[in-house]
Amino acid sequence: MTLELIGTWAAALCLLIGAGFTLVGSIGLLKFNDPMTRLHAPTKVGTVGVGALLLASVIHAFTFEGGSLHELLIMGFLFVTAPISANFIAKVNIHRRSCETPPPPPRDDTWSTLDVPEADRQTEPVSQR
Amino acid sequence: MLGKAFSWLLPHPLLTVLLAIVWTLLQNDVSAGMVVFGLILGVIIPLMTSIWWPESPRGFHMGRMIRYSIVVIWDILVANVQVAWIVLTVPNSKLKPAWIVIPLELRQPEAITLLAGTITLTPGTVSADLSNEGHSLLVHVLHTDDPDAVCRDINTRYQRRLKEIFE
Repeated sequence: MTLELIGTWAAALCLLIGAGFTLVGSIGLLKFNDPMTRLHAPTKVGTVGVGALLLASVIHAFTFEGGSLHELLIMGFLFVTAPISANFIAKVNIHRRSCETPPPPPRDDTWSTLDVPEADRQTEPVSQR
Repeated sequence: MLGKAFSWLLPHPLLTVLLAIVWTLLQNDVSAGMVVFGLILGVIIPLMTSIWWPESPRGFHMGRMIRYSIVVIWDILVANVQVAWIVLTVPNSKLKPAWIVIPLELRQPEAITLLAGTITLTPGTVSADLSNEGHSLLVHVLHTDDPDAVCRDINTRYQRRLKEIFE
């Protein structure tokens, strides 16, 4: 009985933490006003937000049912894919010049997103030139 | 001879173990049958896809990788609280976002991918782009007073450790 009580409280606490972080992430998405800073709120706070919600699910499953470890997989896949989507949004921002132009790299010529082959230059967005 | 047969059958031993673990977790059932079937998948899939994996990274230190993951998870937790605080308290006009450029000492694509992923997962920083010949990494910082300190931090905390993992 006490174990069930502890499980319930732990799951509830995790749900609250997860919901809190998710809320903060959404607030950040609404509040920031340029695309690059806006990118920070959801990709970050979402990781721990979703993590805490999944942890609550694991605790609940182990307390009341046979236990479940699917959540670990969800977490793993999320950690592998989240940086990639963030990276692509950042690349789009750089490509469309909707953020400050980044400083040139010290050793190589340019950033790979800005490295457009000669033949394709005319199809580039006009705002850059 | 035996070593050659082993590396033909298991071109990526770590991938085999990973696939077996993923399969067992997907079934949500840790029984001998499932583990064995997972291992069979773990042998077949790397064999069938090995032509698309030209070379496996040499010298991968699993122990150091586990220690690195613990450091990263801890950093994610701490930085999440910091970013939540920034989101809630710093007004847009006082926000100081910055681009920083991190010179890469790592050469293997796997190591660079791990570094970029780590930087993105740690709140407050997003890795945005790689220079066209792969010598620098472009990182966007949400709010910082001292961009150089962030750069030094990433170098000492992540890049040095990754270098030790993949040496």
